[in-house]
Amino acid sequence: MTDVTNSPLTVAGSRRRRFNASERQVALMRHLVLMSFALIVLFPFFWIISAAFKTQIDLLMGKIFFTPRIDGFLDVIFDKTSDFARNFGNSMVIGLISTFLVLIVATLAAFSLYRLQWPGWVLHSLLGWSVIFHMVPPITLAGAWFTMFRSVGLDNSYTGIILAHTTLHLPMALWMMGVFVRDVPKELVEAAQIDGAKVPQILWHVVLPIVRPGLAATGILTFIFSWNEFPVVLVLSQRQTATVPLGIGKYAQENTIAFTEMAAASTLSILPAFLLLLFAQRFIVRGLTSGAVK
Amino acid sequence: MKTDTFWRHATLWPALVLFALLTVLPLIKLFALSFNDVEWINREAVWDWVGLANYARLPEDNLLRAGALNTLIFAVVAVALQMLIGFVLALLTVQVVRGRVFYRTVFILPILVPGIIIGAIWKLMYSYDFGVLNSFLAWFGLTPQDWLGNPDLALLSVIIVDVWHWTPFCFLLLLAGLESLPDDIFEAARIDGATRWQQLRYITLPLMMPTIAVTFVFRMILAFKVFDEIYLLTGGGPGTSTEVISFTIYRRFFTEDQTGYGAAMSIAVIAVIAAGIIAATRATAGKGAKA
Repeated sequence: MTDVTNSPLTVAGSRRRRFNASERQVALMRHLVLMSFALIVLFPFFWIISAAFKTQIDLLMGKIFFTPRIDGFLDVIFDKTSDFARNFGNSMVIGLISTFLVLIVATLAAFSLYRLQWPGWVLHSLLGWSVIFHMVPPITLAGAWFTMFRSVGLDNSYTGIILAHTTLHLPMALWMMGVFVRDVPKELVEAAQIDGAKVPQILWHVVLPIVRPGLAATGILTFIFSWNEFPVVLVLSQRQTATVPLGIGKYAQENTIAFTEMAAASTLSILPAFLLLLFAQRFIVRGLTSGAVK
Repeated sequence: MKTDTFWRHATLWPALVLFALLTVLPLIKLFALSFNDVEWINREAVWDWVGLANYARLPEDNLLRAGALNTLIFAVVAVALQMLIGFVLALLTVQVVRGRVFYRTVFILPILVPGIIIGAIWKLMYSYDFGVLNSFLAWFGLTPQDWLGNPDLALLSVIIVDVWHWTPFCFLLLLAGLESLPDDIFEAARIDGATRWQQLRYITLPLMMPTIAVTFVFRMILAFKVFDEIYLLTGGGPGTSTEVISFTIYRRFFTEDQTGYGAAMSIAVIAVIAAGIIAATRATAGKGAKA
């Protein structure tokens, strides 16, 4: 990933034509176009956040100017009938534990596949299977998970949902960690083996330091995807284990939609992604583009 | 050597076990279910063998036909638009010297937001009576539209949301691709007097082909899985105008409790997708191209 603001391509071009008036006009046009797209992207966020501060009446009257109120947020967080705080906690628990599990399983497997001399067919069939599973709509397997979990008493349990999310995001993590593990020089692993190091030591002292940024990228994305995941929790969980997207979905399904609450809950649920984008954008970009661009 | 073999297996087995228990086993279960009628009595599944009857029903299922067709239209139109807009934005952004990180930050944002919340946001904006989109139309003196309630418009409205949601993903991947292109080729082309258009047509596009292909495939896969936004925006309606395949399965399997039939439908969808992947892999492998 080239994370440079001044790519040589543009620097060379702009230096030569720094005083060219038509070039400057082109640059201005470029910014205008990009700015208008940025507005299109940002407007819906602005709208939902402002809706969260309106009363239902302001909202239904389509008011542009209004007195901001925080009742929506208070209702969503503190009202006894609101499950939102619980949903938020559930999403955190499920997201963090399944991310942790995904990272361990995927890193071990990626290291094993790419650095411990498995025959080619093992590598290809495992990766092939994981690609197929990744492409299939989750709802197809959710039905089977539901019946299986129900017969062993795991339906509507944290364990069941965490297992499902771990499996669901394993293919992506395996793919990404595969890319990062291949950055570990083979010679380094072999040298460590000759020196008598066992696999756990190699993993800890050789592999881990190199793949740490990769782990961050994979972990952040896994957490976000688990936080966002909807169809599987829709099938597997009920009220006690419901996550944030289920809570939001519920607002929208009421006969009279409580728009202010829905907007307030949505605003709060976007927060983790906002924060991660501000503080860990490097890893997010690296993760999303890994494999696509090499 | 012995310990080596032990650790070789110990590192791979967690993934194997997880895949076996939660993907292979469910698939077998689904396959078995698909030949049965299943009824739930006191949390116990009571199976009743019906042979191929569930599969025989598939071609006559109007909902499934509408779902498959809509999914196809949705995926093709939405992904085509996303690739096009994403590529244009990436081409513009890569030439920006100051403020590139700002644009990238803004354009990434929608990717990270739950589909359900995207649905909630747009449901608010699409509302016939108080939605902001109709306010805009009214300002310009145009007739307000029933974005989600009009059967002729609903699928397009859903596609617009998806384009807003996922164009950023195409943008990000294509931008990374553009940033990694070697600069000396462009330098040489400029010296030889190639115009901007010629550079784009004869250098950028051919060099970007692998990235474009990967981005396209990633997006297509996701588009075929679409569920969240539609669940919230239209619930598949009005009528069957935004029914998509994931929704049909959900409806048959869960809402209507037709476990056996839903399983048959799932197996059919998985089979079609697996066949598609294998065919695509064969085709690219045959050309000697590396995916």
